[in-house]
Amino acid sequence: MLGRLSWAAIPFDVPVVMIAAGSVGLIIFCVLALVTVKGWWPYLWREWITSVDHKRIGVMYILLALLMLVRGFSDAMLMRSQLALAAGHAQGYLPPEHYDQIFSAHGTIMIFFVAMPFVVGLMNFVLPLQLGVRDVAFPVLNSVSFWLTAAGVLLVNVSLVVGEFARTGWLAYPPLSEIAYSPGVGVDYYLWSLQISGLGTLLSGINLTTTILKLRAPGMGYRQMPIFCWTALASNLLIVASFPILTATFAMLLLDRYCGFHFFTNDLGGNPMMYVNLIWCWGHPEVYILILPAFGVFSEVVATFSGKPLFGRRSMVMATMVICVLSFLVWLHHFFTMGAGADVNAFFGIATMIIAVPTGVKIFNWLFTLYGGRIRFTVPIYWTLGFMVTFVIGGMTGVLMAIPPADFVLHNSLFLIAHFHNVAIGGVVFGVMAGISYWFPKAFGFTLNERLGKAVFWCWFFGFYLAFMPLYVLGLMGATRRMQHYSNTHWQPLMLVALAGALLILLGIALTVVQLVVSIRQRERNRDLTGDPWNGRTLEWSTPSPPPVWNFSLLPQVERSDAFWATKQQQGTAQDRRDRSVKQTYETLHVPRNNPTGFFLAFFAVLLGFSLIWRIWWGAGLGILGAVVVCLVQAWRTDGEIEVPSEKVAAFERLHGLKERAV
Amino acid sequence: MCLASCGEGVLDPHGPVGKAERVILYDATAIMLAVIIPVIVLTLVFAWWFRARNKWARYRPDWEYSGRIEMIIWSIPALVILFLGGIAWTGSHDLDPPAPLQESTAPLDIEVISLDWRWLFIYPQEGVASLNRLVVPAGVPLRFRLTSTTVMNSFFVPQLGSQIYTMPNMVTRLNLQADKPGTYEGLSAQFSGDGFSDMRFDLVATDKEAFTDWIKTTKTQGGSLDARTFEELVKPAKADGVQTYAQVSGGLFDSVSSAHMAAVPPQRGQ
Repeated sequence: MLGRLSWAAIPFDVPVVMIAAGSVGLIIFCVLALVTVKGWWPYLWREWITSVDHKRIGVMYILLALLMLVRGFSDAMLMRSQLALAAGHAQGYLPPEHYDQIFSAHGTIMIFFVAMPFVVGLMNFVLPLQLGVRDVAFPVLNSVSFWLTAAGVLLVNVSLVVGEFARTGWLAYPPLSEIAYSPGVGVDYYLWSLQISGLGTLLSGINLTTTILKLRAPGMGYRQMPIFCWTALASNLLIVASFPILTATFAMLLLDRYCGFHFFTNDLGGNPMMYVNLIWCWGHPEVYILILPAFGVFSEVVATFSGKPLFGRRSMVMATMVICVLSFLVWLHHFFTMGAGADVNAFFGIATMIIAVPTGVKIFNWLFTLYGGRIRFTVPIYWTLGFMVTFVIGGMTGVLMAIPPADFVLHNSLFLIAHFHNVAIGGVVFGVMAGISYWFPKAFGFTLNERLGKAVFWCWFFGFYLAFMPLYVLGLMGATRRMQHYSNTHWQPLMLVALAGALLILLGIALTVVQLVVSIRQRERNRDLTGDPWNGRTLEWSTPSPPPVWNFSLLPQVERSDAFWATKQQQGTAQDRRDRSVKQTYETLHVPRNNPTGFFLAFFAVLLGFSLIWRIWWGAGLGILGAVVVCLVQAWRTDGEIEVPSEKVAAFERLHGLKERAV
Repeated sequence: MCLASCGEGVLDPHGPVGKAERVILYDATAIMLAVIIPVIVLTLVFAWWFRARNKWARYRPDWEYSGRIEMIIWSIPALVILFLGGIAWTGSHDLDPPAPLQESTAPLDIEVISLDWRWLFIYPQEGVASLNRLVVPAGVPLRFRLTSTTVMNSFFVPQLGSQIYTMPNMVTRLNLQADKPGTYEGLSAQFSGDGFSDMRFDLVATDKEAFTDWIKTTKTQGGSLDARTFEELVKPAKADGVQTYAQVSGGLFDSVSSAHMAAVPPQRGQ
């Protein structure tokens, strides 16, 4: 009846898991109880769960990522504390079968369920506003994408309590991930949660690519398009091109595991190296999917707070697109040590290094944007400067490992771990944090507390250096990744320093929560009534904060890049502009109606995934049937839009004009 | 930081391969630091000098392009990469793991089989084998052939240089050499399951006489390694202790590295 599922799947004998699960369960219960008692369900359902507004969806993506950051970081704390203890003959407190799950979950969660939703969330929120349009190309599909991601998140977290997670590392190399070596449900949890969320990401990529290519404000050609949109375009093109590879690769592994196929097995002609090639054909572009939008954020931030246009805009765009293409030609550098031969290794090594050229150009462009600026030291610029200083170190160690003979001694060592955390934290996390503090007032109508924001930055900045510089050294000393204990006691002091760094980052994460709470309490003091708190340059700052559902009451006319800056130069103060626009006549607008398709699809996707993991075949059938029915209902729906009468638009603008005048 | 790491690991190599790789590490790092340190300094200097409150800094709100600067900022990274690309090309060929070392002495053949979770080293010419301990003569090139009975592992002795994966049904090749007698730690650098952390072994380099003696004594001690005893070794077990085998049935390595191919159903061969 329930396939492989039984009470034995729940690890009652493991206190760490039960305490974690118990406390998370308690928190969830309390939140749900609070929502029920306060009667917030209708509000949540109407305004968030079924919302197809790209701004709401963007915010939900980021909230999801923040939640999962806490989960993924808990895994990191467990790993760091285990390694601080397990030196010499000590075994630490986590046996290998748990430790292996923890590092696998950490990698999987941080890439797929923290970095991805952060980046996709930012793009979702910002793109239509920067492009000067009223929504993304396919609003309902957007909601479906989000909810499929959330479904994947749910499955990953269920694995903590029901069953187990993969013990294979975050990319689940076969033959280790094949049924012969991983007979449990861990790899199935991994595969199905990523298949489901991966579908969401692909749909989101299609959606955002279409939005950028087809929906831009009148007059906005590619030459006038903001740089963040360019980086987002590159990122989404990469999603569209690379995620199908991931899905197909996982599908083959699933066929191996479920149906006795032999794509990647040891016997019957299977070849695990094929998987390694395929997974990195997705995996390397994935790196740029994450970092390019972060580059976009830095470009916006550095221009805004220097009070001048981005230096070398054209070469920045060119560099972005060069990276976009080259990122597909370097995958083999992840396995120089598999014996590919000198010519092949050298080709991929050099291809990898060539990416450092456009990336280096970007760094110089930001540098010369600072030059001649009037720099305001706000939180976003802190993150940007921190990024520029930190990222070049990560870039250097990256190029170092792109030299095959150097990689022969650094591959899979803690040096590698330090390198990719250097670019992932110093690049992606810093970029996302800069983006959040930059666009937060746009989303919520008030700025975040600056002092606490700077404290958060310093915690992450020094925390990163403390946590990962020792790992560079340990890697050179011969320490390899994924070890649960080590015999060399010389390594322990450095491991302890790394733990201290992790604790400092933990403080940073805690302060982020404090910052949010304090900022919400002080929101009246930090209201952004003009919609343009930073003296911004791009179109999102021409809307009120938060923008109305329809974003722009009048579609902006764009003539050049930094469109809003140009408008401000020509038309004087915000009040003048507002007065002028109040006199405008408004048209009746159509906005997409709320739609629960995404939520229900996610529900059935979870049912399907969970049933397949546990081999509950009737549940899987029900899941598929439910999903098909939901899609059919959506397909036959006729009233997709609601009307916003012109009077309502005019009234909104009048009210906003009054607020602005009150400043 | 260097002080902590120079005494062991890949920055303290004891063989020609590791030494050549250290030279590459140092050279490449030095070249890149020559660009990166100025960039870091300039970032901080520009940010500080052009702070909004500095009245002396000239604000140029419309300055966004300079062809000359553009040319320089594309050239600097391009030149660095041109240089490093050269290092990568020659390095890849000179230090290609299967390429034999340029030494006058005849190499010693060693066959490596990674098990769950132990290392088996076979000396085909001598007809002996050793579990979890690799004894080699110093100053003699070592020619490895490697495979796995199980999942992937990576054979790595940091102080000798290059690592290489061991993979089922596949044979990889590696050439290393220990210059001086000593004990060097070896490990698996590719995660392979629960027993992975203990997949460590000592590589003991001795002088040639001691190595000959070791072979002699090994031939008189320990049992023989044939298909039946090997079957016991294949079963998953955590690494504990060292063992030697006085006799190894010929062709064991080759039968392991192609063992699973025998399972191809007959219709495939027709």
